[in-house]
Amino acid sequence: MTDTPDNTGAAVPATKTSRRKFLTAIGMVAGSDTLYQAMTTLGYGAETQFTGAPDLSGAHTGSSVLVIGAGLAGMLAAYELSKAGYKVRVLEYQNRAGGRNWSLYGGDTYTELGGDTQKVSFSNGNYVNPGPWRIPYHHRTLLHYCKQFNVALEPFIQFNHNAYVHNTDAFSNKPVRFKTAAADFEGNVAELLAKAVNQNALDQELTAEDRQKLLEALRMWGMLDKDMKYKANLISSSHRGYDRAPGGGVDGAPTPSTPFPRSEILNSGVWRNIAMFMNEEMQTTMFQPVGGMGMIGKAFAKQIQPMITYNAKVTKMIQDKSGVTVTYTDTGTGAVTTAKADFCVCTMALSVLNQVENNLSPEKKAAIRAVPYGSSVKYGLEMKTRFWEDQDYIYGGHSFTNQDISLVSYPNYNFFKEGPAVLIGCYSGGRAAMRLTGMSSAQRIETCLQQGAVFHGDNYRKNFITGAGVAWNRVPWTLGSCGQWTEETRSTHYQKLVEVEDRIVLAGEHASYIGCWMEGAVTSSLDAIKRLHKRALEA
Amino acid sequence: MHSLVCRSFLVGAISLASCPGWAQDMGGPEGAVKAPEPITGEQIFHQVCQACHQADAKGATGAATVPALAKNHNLAEPGFPIAIVTDGRGGMPPLHLTPEQAAAVITYVRTHFGNHYAKPVTAADVKLYTGG
Repeated sequence: MTDTPDNTGAAVPATKTSRRKFLTAIGMVAGSDTLYQAMTTLGYGAETQFTGAPDLSGAHTGSSVLVIGAGLAGMLAAYELSKAGYKVRVLEYQNRAGGRNWSLYGGDTYTELGGDTQKVSFSNGNYVNPGPWRIPYHHRTLLHYCKQFNVALEPFIQFNHNAYVHNTDAFSNKPVRFKTAAADFEGNVAELLAKAVNQNALDQELTAEDRQKLLEALRMWGMLDKDMKYKANLISSSHRGYDRAPGGGVDGAPTPSTPFPRSEILNSGVWRNIAMFMNEEMQTTMFQPVGGMGMIGKAFAKQIQPMITYNAKVTKMIQDKSGVTVTYTDTGTGAVTTAKADFCVCTMALSVLNQVENNLSPEKKAAIRAVPYGSSVKYGLEMKTRFWEDQDYIYGGHSFTNQDISLVSYPNYNFFKEGPAVLIGCYSGGRAAMRLTGMSSAQRIETCLQQGAVFHGDNYRKNFITGAGVAWNRVPWTLGSCGQWTEETRSTHYQKLVEVEDRIVLAGEHASYIGCWMEGAVTSSLDAIKRLHKRALEA
Repeated sequence: MHSLVCRSFLVGAISLASCPGWAQDMGGPEGAVKAPEPITGEQIFHQVCQACHQADAKGATGAATVPALAKNHNLAEPGFPIAIVTDGRGGMPPLHLTPEQAAAVITYVRTHFGNHYAKPVTAADVKLYTGG
């Protein structure tokens, strides 16, 4: 296959040009609003609800807001509200800002619930992002503030055809390249569907002309030969990989590879991975901050640093006609203090807020109680060398397995460099995460090494230096990963949860439809403070 | 990160029917991990409960508290743990156990960790609550 700008033989460019010309013409004649409308009609431009920084003009002088939680939602609220003229104070349980936006570096110490303490010893410049680790290109609110606060971003290699998929029920328990398994799955689907068309099984569904179009599509998409078969040849090998790769000179000719038996492909579960990458939240381009995800939290904190009180464990949140009173304990000294303000933006995880004494309405309390928190475990393993690059030609991306670790994910920076690098040794959810969480941190790392060896053999343990990570059910300030809504709880409780109740509004990923993503936290925050501001103006 | 509430953990019965169309960040694809289902109360405790309630069942406290199951008087009345295991409570999700699994783990916890409620809880007791 040669490098071509479009698929061979495709007549796409002309269509693209005419559509662009058409849109430009609308823009010129009717202005950009109409252009936007036209684009939306054509299916473009509707990927975000973000419309820019909020307009909070006209705030009453001296009006005050207490923000609970210095995660992204809380810090963004503090930043925008103080910019608008509100007097803002932020109470934070931890001794650092950022919340779940967090990176662990060498020298850091982390103690989970139960007392297991990790002293992180990654070498300089290496880190693990225990929570969020990738940002989709359409998370416009977060990207807007990253740009505004000078957070340097680099690509996150989300999709790597050359990483592995492993399933204990397929391929004799050995990993195969994603491209190989995906090619065989698609090739088989194409061949079978073509067979159905040619046996006239779809004559009811398709006109003769459409049958021909579909056959041509299947031939090209599925890498089928002229007889509509998916076979061992250079066509299928151009997707799944060769036995002997093409090269130069006298022995340059490639040797084709042989597709796996159909039953193996059906056992492989590879369609799950194919489908996962289709999801809009998982689509490329994705980004990560240079130097660790925690750089975002640090950049936000820099904007509002003097407003934050750290080590403040909130135990009570009471509102009346005169304002909101929050009681908190200094986790260092044990001193109990109250803070008072006209309004409150509460961004505590619902799993925690649920246990804080308050006088919110019964409906609000029911909504707070209705959202359980998920299980998630992510560990970074520092390795002496980049053997996955040197020996497996894997540069970023994920190798998937149906073992508890779920994946091994490779670093997206410092490609080809010498020296230690940190890969993700597990990123598990659900029951798998519960099993890992139930272990000690050392046992979790041992499990990562055992199960991850399925991809990299002896290299894996031989190169291992140190590991660190987080089991979210044991995080002292969330007790879980993030809010788990169902359609049922959404319809009963969501509006009640997000509505401003007198002087208090809740914000965070749990108060969004982009749950468990940073974008959910920041969009929720902007929406909450807009509504709180409106309420403040009415007061 | 996995949505516990929209997947069934029964082997071979993974259902996405109640999953909303939006996606959370997660490691592998939904429902991909394969592991044997725990059967005994002890197995279920180790693989599920222990994650939050700790190996000694004493719970833990940070910004909020994971309650202790050890020496817990609320376990005297079986209906209480049956309801919580089935429905969840606050930050704790419903555990999606079979009636047999729920009965086994509740019986295990009621007879260990300083709890001495000898009468076993049965799958029938659980079904009485769940209507299954």
